[in-house]
Amino acid sequence: MSVLTMQDTIIKTNNVSVYYGEKQAVKNISMDIERNSVTAFIGPSGCGKSTLLRSLNRMNDLVPSCRVTGSIVVDGIDINSEQVNIESLRQIVGMVFQRANPFFKSIYENIAFAPRFHGMTDRRELDELVETSLRKAALWDEVKDRLRDSALSLSGGQQQRLCIARAIAMQPTILLLDEPASALDPISTMKIEELVMQLKEEYTIVIVTHNLHQAARISDKTAFFLLGELIEMDETGKIFTSPENDKTEAYISGRFG
Amino acid sequence: MNHRIEGVGTNRQSLIARKMLTYNKRQFTENMTGRTIAMLCAALLVIVVLSITYFIASKGLSTFFVDGVSISEFLTQVKWDPEGEPALYGVFPFILGSFLVTALAAVIAAPLGIGAAIFMTEIFPGFGKKVLKPVIELLVGIPSVVYGYVGLTLLVPFIREQFDVLGFSLLAGGLVLALMILPTITSVATDAIEAVPQDLRNASLALGATRWQTIWNVVLHSALPGCLTAVVLGMARAFGEALAVQMVIGNTTKLPGSLLDPISTLTSGITLNMGNTIQGTPYNNALWSMALLLLLMSFVFIMILRFLGRKRLVK
Ligand SMILES: Nc1ncnc2c1ncn2[C@@H]1O[C@H](COP(=O)(O)OP(=O)(O)OP(=O)(O)O)[C@@H](O)[C@H]1O
Ligand SMILES: [Mg+2]
Repeated sequence: MSVLTMQDTIIKTNNVSVYYGEKQAVKNISMDIERNSVTAFIGPSGCGKSTLLRSLNRMNDLVPSCRVTGSIVVDGIDINSEQVNIESLRQIVGMVFQRANPFFKSIYENIAFAPRFHGMTDRRELDELVETSLRKAALWDEVKDRLRDSALSLSGGQQQRLCIARAIAMQPTILLLDEPASALDPISTMKIEELVMQLKEEYTIVIVTHNLHQAARISDKTAFFLLGELIEMDETGKIFTSPENDKTEAYISGRFG
Repeated sequence: MNHRIEGVGTNRQSLIARKMLTYNKRQFTENMTGRTIAMLCAALLVIVVLSITYFIASKGLSTFFVDGVSISEFLTQVKWDPEGEPALYGVFPFILGSFLVTALAAVIAAPLGIGAAIFMTEIFPGFGKKVLKPVIELLVGIPSVVYGYVGLTLLVPFIREQFDVLGFSLLAGGLVLALMILPTITSVATDAIEAVPQDLRNASLALGATRWQTIWNVVLHSALPGCLTAVVLGMARAFGEALAVQMVIGNTTKLPGSLLDPISTLTSGITLNMGNTIQGTPYNNALWSMALLLLLMSFVFIMILRFLGRKRLVK
């Protein structure tokens, strides 16, 4: 089965550069991301991790000055080509932001938001999807009796898991997580990490993190960025024990960044 | 050093302790002065509001308790003939007129105002913020007589020609008021929509919602209490407006049969009758009763606004 071979690439970027106006934030990046793996993006602040992540579901389209060159191919399709429907793309490539951003709606309505837009109207089907999504995000037991309460009544960590559940509910293939645990306490962070490791059974995950231990714990591959360039990308174990590049070595041993 | 302070501590602590126990004279006086001035102002305000309320209430209530008009007849009778024999004080036509003209104005201005607010914040923010917003804020300040005059010279003749009626009408009043409250609604709704965090828009778009789905389901939904506040503020202004309305509604006390019929409102009723009356007569008191009704309505509007304000904080 091809799914089991390690060569099953789902995202392939080729010479991707991203500019904000004249300023180049991401420089000629080519990388392959495998299906059902966790890839961690690490690197000092401002090196372009979020920018690259956002170009994977074209959230950069919202920034008027932003321009992306090179090709980003998801499952064989160049996502920047004109035929691609941006709403469908974002449904396939889900995203969770650094700051939890639940809608001012009930817990249930937050989860049902995307499925409704993508045409699910049957009440029973929706109920089921809400439950499975919350279960997958390890939140069901905490909220099952208060689905009608405002999502803002949840704690910060619960809100972030709600945002993950909300993304899962649109049944994506890929999940992009931009520092999902950076604003959370250690226990919530641990829960999110466990969650990520479970979710990789079903989804391909790309996670940006400043926490090197976190990257080492949960990712299969790690990519190290510096000033917009991809310095090194390899098996996580290798990056953290015997990186090829001196700059990677310096960064993971805490000598800068 | 023997700066000992009783019951506080040893010599070693005494410097800090002394500092904690010392008043800064200037800070103290400033603080007291500020507090006194603020209290005086607040007291004055409360006294003014209470005396106005008392004055209007005592005048307004004497219609019922001194002149012996029954409250229910006053509110529900449709005949207004204070100088007749016997005098009739049915103000229902005025009440109905006020509500109809306000409702009409709100129905016209609310969608337009909120639509304009969306346009300025979500669709053309650059042009909206640089050009439209200042223009609209300017419009808020135009005196109502100007709106009335525009209505009188343009709108009334237009309606007269189009529909072959008098022209002075509920429709004219509603349109003039709508125009007048449109800037208020637009500018308050704009602030409400701008206050919706950008994060929420991003979240919605990242979930594959289109721009319109995002505006409708996330932006407007989150700004709903603010938009309602905008509409209620507009309605409060419309309900209390006298001059502009009076110039275009025709001021008859007959109940209107259609949008094109002339009407009266509480405010126009008061201003037009005021000159004919003598202090202390039942006729004069009846006008005060109408003023009392207006006052009560403005309390109702304030209560609604407070309720909406609280709702905005809770969500
Ligand atoms: N909307 C924008 N407009 C202009 N420049 C931007 C914008 N977003 C990011 N940049 C610039 O692009 C560069 C990369 O930013 P990016 O947010 O991708 O960094 P990052 O690696 O995610 O940093 P951090 O770890 O702090 O989140 C930075 O120099 C930043 O100033
Ligand atoms: Mg970032």
